[in-house]
Amino acid sequence: MPEPVADRVPTAAAPAGNGAEPVEAAPTRKLGLMGWLSLIWLVGITLAAVLAPVLPLSDPDESFLRIVREPPIQPGHLLGGDGNGRDILARVIYGTRTSLTISVGAVGLGLIVGGFLGLVAGFFRGRIDTILSTLFNVLLAIPSLVLLLALVTIYASSDENASNARRMVVLIVALAIVSVPLLGRITRASTLAWSEREFVKAAAVLGARPWRIMFREVLPNVLPAMMSITLLGIGIAIVFEGAISLLGLGVSDVPSWGNMIASGRPELARAPHIVAIPSIAIFLTVLSLNYLGDVIRARFDVREAVL
Amino acid sequence: MVLARELGKRFLLLVLVLFLVTLFTSLLLSMTPGDPVDTLLPVADENSEEVQQRKAEVRERLNLDEPLWTQYTAWLGDFVRGDFGDYFRVSGEDPVGDTVKEALPVSLQLMVYSQILALLIAIPVGVVAAYRAGSWFDKGANTTAFALLSVPSFVLGLALAYYIGVWLNWVPPSGYVPFGEDAVEHVKRMVLPALSLAAAQIAVYMRLLRSDMMQTLQEDFVQMARSKGISDRRVLWRHALRPSSLTLLTVAGLNVGTLIGNALVIEVLFSIPGLGTAIFQAITERQYVALQSFVAIIAIIFVLVNFAVDVLYTVVDPRIRHARARS
Repeated sequence: MPEPVADRVPTAAAPAGNGAEPVEAAPTRKLGLMGWLSLIWLVGITLAAVLAPVLPLSDPDESFLRIVREPPIQPGHLLGGDGNGRDILARVIYGTRTSLTISVGAVGLGLIVGGFLGLVAGFFRGRIDTILSTLFNVLLAIPSLVLLLALVTIYASSDENASNARRMVVLIVALAIVSVPLLGRITRASTLAWSEREFVKAAAVLGARPWRIMFREVLPNVLPAMMSITLLGIGIAIVFEGAISLLGLGVSDVPSWGNMIASGRPELARAPHIVAIPSIAIFLTVLSLNYLGDVIRARFDVREAVL
Repeated sequence: MVLARELGKRFLLLVLVLFLVTLFTSLLLSMTPGDPVDTLLPVADENSEEVQQRKAEVRERLNLDEPLWTQYTAWLGDFVRGDFGDYFRVSGEDPVGDTVKEALPVSLQLMVYSQILALLIAIPVGVVAAYRAGSWFDKGANTTAFALLSVPSFVLGLALAYYIGVWLNWVPPSGYVPFGEDAVEHVKRMVLPALSLAAAQIAVYMRLLRSDMMQTLQEDFVQMARSKGISDRRVLWRHALRPSSLTLLTVAGLNVGTLIGNALVIEVLFSIPGLGTAIFQAITERQYVALQSFVAIIAIIFVLVNFAVDVLYTVVDPRIRHARARS
């Protein structure tokens, strides 16, 4: 898992080559083949997730005796069946819906809260920065997955009949809480750097109000750094959803990539494809997100150099 | 002088973070919706005299009727004395401390193995990649590292368990044998989980070391060493690697959090009786008092490791010290 991402993303302030990230030979401005493939994959799975109900798929919950544990490429069931004879293609596509809803929802929420707090901390500095930075540090002091587990356990399983909708909401909120300090720290660091720039000072001299400067002058420049970390964050959230499902705390009524892997685990020796297919889906998605995150970062650094 | 003040500031922050973290974890149980005692002791026969009495007992033990502050201080008092609470069952109680004593060393073993494995692989690969930047080796290592960063450790764990454990049948796919009992079996069973955990770390360390070394190799002292006629190999391993070791150390410290999280899942996947498995069991058995203690222990270890790394870094590397003093 690419986690301490917080420290890998260079900030606008970082003078070229102060340790973490090197001055590479001119980072590519173009998307490149890998970039396009990543983009196509992400757009593809998003479309599939949205259009799942109208696609010609089997019912993801229906069991077909004929395909129990059968490997991929069966007539009518392209990716074979799982331990209960359910169509894996249908499940992995419906699983995309669940996994993307959870991860994008969580990181979106985290971005709004963490991004705002980071922006405020970096822009106003002083006491409010101290308080918010301490908050981020405290949240980061508990390993994310452990914090996530604690939150999900306490709020979702205390009630035996906790509905699955509630479980999903808890999962999204808990993941958002975990992502807040990550997004907040990056935004803060980037804001700190941009707030020192001449045009920001000029706006202040011209009499613009602080909030206006913050949103109109600073935010647009901080956005690329936020975007890049958001993409990485979504990848982490997808992985965490999988981990939570493997530990038996994830959503269970609808297929998700995580609970597909969890359900295939006991069958690993007999039918490895049940685990392999959702694993590959997670891998390709996280890879695409990481790659695009890197591309945005590289572009952003180039722009920084031109200024 | 500056150093002392810097360390003092760090220490204050450490105390504050420890306070807030323990406050948060100690109140986890009280934050559950509904009556915490009902959550702890789910019994079918709610109204029997015996059950009511048992619940009152537990309520008393956990100070649940006291104000939150009193709950915290009582919890902290027990915690620092090594009393990590109990597993509450309808029938009775078992101390959590016993589980910690058994599970923590196992988890530490697993994490230490994976770190050693990660460094053993990442350092030579990173150094050679930096020395031969742009070569096919460098490109291959970079691409592999990038791919490794996108593989969740549990996916890798399952893949290794299948290919090496089941398909090739080289090592048992799960289980744990203590080192003292049978060293060979111990290593056999630890190698797959350690490798699953190490993979992502290898990628992180290797990328970091490569970029760090590429910069170091541009520096004057490296030129100097070379012009003195010291062999490339010696310059690389003795002169250029040394400053990078600090960067590596910091990132290793920061990575402990990820490592702990991943280890949790890996332990469950490979049936290793460490803290991760204990947490998993506490969750499934709703032993939230135990869960609180486990989370607190992990958070404290993590905070202390980072503090130690940070201090070490400040003390050892004068460049950092001066940079901080200036700002």
